[in-house]
Amino acid sequence: MKYKTIIGLEIHVELMTNTKIFCSCTNEFGGEINTHTCPVCLGLPGAMPVLNKAVLEYGIKSGIAFNSKIANNTKMDRKNYFYPDLVKGYQISQDEEPLCSGGYIEIELEDGVKTIRLNRIHIEEDTGKSIHTEEGDSLLDYNRAGVPLIEIVTEPDMNTPEEARLFLEKLKSTLEYIEVSDCKMEEGSLRCDININVMDTETGERTNITELKNLNSFRAAVKAMEYEEERHRKLLSQGENTVKETRRWDEIENKTITMREKGEAADFRYVVDGDFLPIIIEEEWIEEIKKNLPELPHDKKARLIREYNIPEYDAGVLTQSRELADFFEKTVEFSKDANQVSNWIMGDVLRRLNDAGLEIKDLKFGPKELADLIELVNEGKISNNIGKKVLRDMFETGKTPETIVKEKGLIQISDAGELEEVINKVLLENQQSIVDYRSGKDRALGFLVGQVMKATRGKANPQMVNKMLKEKLEEE
Amino acid sequence: MISKEEINHIAKLSKIKLNEKEIEDFSKEFTETLEYLEIIKEVDLEGVEPTYFINTNKNPLREDIVEESLPLEEVIKNAPDEKYGYFKLPNVMD
Amino acid sequence: MKNLDITKLTAREMREKLLSKEISSREIVSQHLDLIEKKEKDINAFISINKEEALIEGDKIDKKIKNGEKIGPLAGIPIGIKDNIITKNIKTTCGSKMLENFIPPYDATVIEKIKAADGIIIGKNNMDEFAMGSTTENSFFGPTRNPIDLERVPGGSSGGSAAGVGAYEMALALGSDTGGSIRQPASFCGLVGIRPTYGLVSRYGLVALANSLDQIGVIARNVEDATLLLETIIGHDKKDSTSIYMKNKDLLEKLNDNIKGIKIAIPKEFSNVEMDNGIEDIIKNSIKIFEKLGANIEEVSMPHFKYSLATYNILSNAEASSSLSRFDGIRYGYRTKEHSTLDELYMNTRGEAFGKEVKRRILEGTYYLNRNNREKYYNRALKLRTLIIEDFEKVYGKYDIILSPVSPVLPFKMGEDKNYLTNIFTVPVSLAGLPALSIPAGYVEGLPVGIQLIGDKFEELKLLNVALAFERDLALGGEADEI
Repeated sequence: MKYKTIIGLEIHVELMTNTKIFCSCTNEFGGEINTHTCPVCLGLPGAMPVLNKAVLEYGIKSGIAFNSKIANNTKMDRKNYFYPDLVKGYQISQDEEPLCSGGYIEIELEDGVKTIRLNRIHIEEDTGKSIHTEEGDSLLDYNRAGVPLIEIVTEPDMNTPEEARLFLEKLKSTLEYIEVSDCKMEEGSLRCDININVMDTETGERTNITELKNLNSFRAAVKAMEYEEERHRKLLSQGENTVKETRRWDEIENKTITMREKGEAADFRYVVDGDFLPIIIEEEWIEEIKKNLPELPHDKKARLIREYNIPEYDAGVLTQSRELADFFEKTVEFSKDANQVSNWIMGDVLRRLNDAGLEIKDLKFGPKELADLIELVNEGKISNNIGKKVLRDMFETGKTPETIVKEKGLIQISDAGELEEVINKVLLENQQSIVDYRSGKDRALGFLVGQVMKATRGKANPQMVNKMLKEKLEEE
Repeated sequence: MISKEEINHIAKLSKIKLNEKEIEDFSKEFTETLEYLEIIKEVDLEGVEPTYFINTNKNPLREDIVEESLPLEEVIKNAPDEKYGYFKLPNVMD
Repeated sequence: MKNLDITKLTAREMREKLLSKEISSREIVSQHLDLIEKKEKDINAFISINKEEALIEGDKIDKKIKNGEKIGPLAGIPIGIKDNIITKNIKTTCGSKMLENFIPPYDATVIEKIKAADGIIIGKNNMDEFAMGSTTENSFFGPTRNPIDLERVPGGSSGGSAAGVGAYEMALALGSDTGGSIRQPASFCGLVGIRPTYGLVSRYGLVALANSLDQIGVIARNVEDATLLLETIIGHDKKDSTSIYMKNKDLLEKLNDNIKGIKIAIPKEFSNVEMDNGIEDIIKNSIKIFEKLGANIEEVSMPHFKYSLATYNILSNAEASSSLSRFDGIRYGYRTKEHSTLDELYMNTRGEAFGKEVKRRILEGTYYLNRNNREKYYNRALKLRTLIIEDFEKVYGKYDIILSPVSPVLPFKMGEDKNYLTNIFTVPVSLAGLPALSIPAGYVEGLPVGIQLIGDKFEELKLLNVALAFERDLALGGEADEI
């Protein structure tokens, strides 16, 4: 392959703590403008920051989950620059001695597992937000100033946009698993900056790195990377180079657009923040956090395959979120048929959730109800198709499957006598189909089965109907 | 001797507008200061650790419990310009 | 109401007479306010005078006493607060145009403590802008004058606090000290000024200059008064992560003037500094007094002393350049009228509202932290600091107190530029975070000269005992007769 794409990511994740990183204002989203602020997060003269224990803990959890080395002695530094949403004229962040160093995330590619290395993870504060009015004024709201963030920096180990996407998915699901963030890119609780360039493998020549910012979904990120990859390759093949700059993805134009020339790298004049003391993290604390860390997606997936004998693909889908995996396991506890449960969840349950834009926790029924439904189908009391309809009702009303079946009289008709009556009637009304079938048109059978199902409003046992119809058609 | 470019650069970094006289005065004074600071070059600092903190006990950690924020009136009472509870800036941000 | 001039009493005497109902809190406040009114046009120690509030607080104290309620240790005593200490609803300007009309929505922790002790805030004291300076000539609100000689500077940056106490406008004052800003004005005005161990007094609500060097401290006319105020403001504060627990806080109770056997060290490098005539004699005389009191005096060496000013200059300006970045005209304070771009908004606001000295220090600090220079300056200074601290640690391995002049120059005339030199003896203390005080030691040509006593960390009591013993022996008239 002549051109190799090189991608590195810098991800900011909002932590789900109760309070901000350096003050006790609520970390809750929303609220009236400028009502979640105090002297500290407003940067009033004389105010001093105090580190939130939970932020440190969440940072450590993240480091453990991503196999990083946790520092036993770390500190806070000031990153100095001026911008209206940055109240102190500096951001309290970490420079040379971050909370976590190194680490990695493994992604599953078709030809095996690839390790994407992390450079570091550190804690820092978020800025306020600005909006612009029609008159051209800027309005500043500092409710989000001081929201706790972790910044995760990868090594440039990714070589395709797809690898980057897989990395982000894995990152997101892990952080959700350990309950550190809800990672909603669309809401800004996960932000991704991408550094991308292309190398000519024959000459070793590289294009200048483009920084991609303001991406508001994984999809946008992938499209932006694909576009850039192509743009870099084209220029390189023409003997030209890209400009070192920052670009954003334009959803409407479907291309990347220059935001600003990167120019000289900014000089942040880092200085140690003298409002803190050394942050000492004892090994005992790290061990305790490690012990209490929930099972991570990768391990859970392996265990599900092992314990329940379900296919790898299924295990992958089911472990996308902790809640989904938990729901699966609880349902299996009642149902015992892991494969069936997996099929139902991966099929109709997930489909309905996705269509409605809901999550597992929004379901109006629980694992036991799903298990009961599966049982009803397995026992032949209702057909598979009826089962799907019952599921729909469970979705909308939260009623148990037994109740719905009873109320709507959906019990499958498996009585041969009853079925025979209907079949005879259908045959009588569809003489042409009999002729068609006997003259070799197999499709006529399907049509007749359909008619029987229609006449019984789907309640006829389809297997029996099929068998009985065939017998009748063949006997005469 | 500190050059005018260097002074303009640090004035830009620290966002302070200087007029010609101020640049001149600062140039003179700072050049003298830098000459005085040459004294620090004579010390051998091999193996010396930097002191970042005066007291080196552990940084205290705060429990993650929400407390009341400032009421809006207090927040914006010193604002040079305000609108609907926001801090207002004329059209200068991009 | 007698013909008693309450303003000439010590703070402790005021409290005694208040408790014995000889005078009322309102009388105390009124007399001080009257004196302030008379003297301010000459002294200019105040930026704001808290007239109505102080009288109201005075009445509240009187009511408490009448009802037999318990009153705090600072009850009824008018206290001046340096204007870089945040006071809720009272304009806090830091001596700068940048904060000319800034009304804070919260109180500094030390203010909360003073209020809880029933102290009365009589006003906000003038200072060098953002605590940058040694003469209080750098204030946007005009210079403060030395009450001993109105043509001379009171020192700085806590010049207003010192001049006010020296002029009897109040009995006690809070100041701040980064490189000597309490000790030097105390010396220039003939007063006691204490800079506590770093971390002993909460910095929450102190507008930061250099976070690893700043401390709030006290200024008074005698050791016991100073101790009274110091004791009240000491204490761990969870809002200040750098603040420390101190186990033994009852300083006033334990104060005693028996210092037999105390080992005092005199660094020989200090005498290499050129000083105004008369100052060395004051030191020699002080040594005699200490010997008489039973102390052992010896010479020691602090080889890295000569790098202190350079180290201090780099570190304090580097930290200040960051601390003062929040003043940008966006959320509070001054905002320029000339702005068509964001950059102009920043540059003009800061260019127009900061004074010359502030701008100079920010620019220097930015230079030292600059990518190209930080290794040469900032990083080196951090290491030099270690060596200076080690020098002190070696001395305190054997000695209790270090004795030195406070300033190598006498209180000088306004407009004379001696800024650079005056801090040479005070900055090493700040670099090491040690406690130190300035105590009047005599006069040269009618001008007050103080000596500096430096203690080991958390050895405030020892320091105060030595100071008390010295004060009682010297009997310059600052302290009251034994009650």
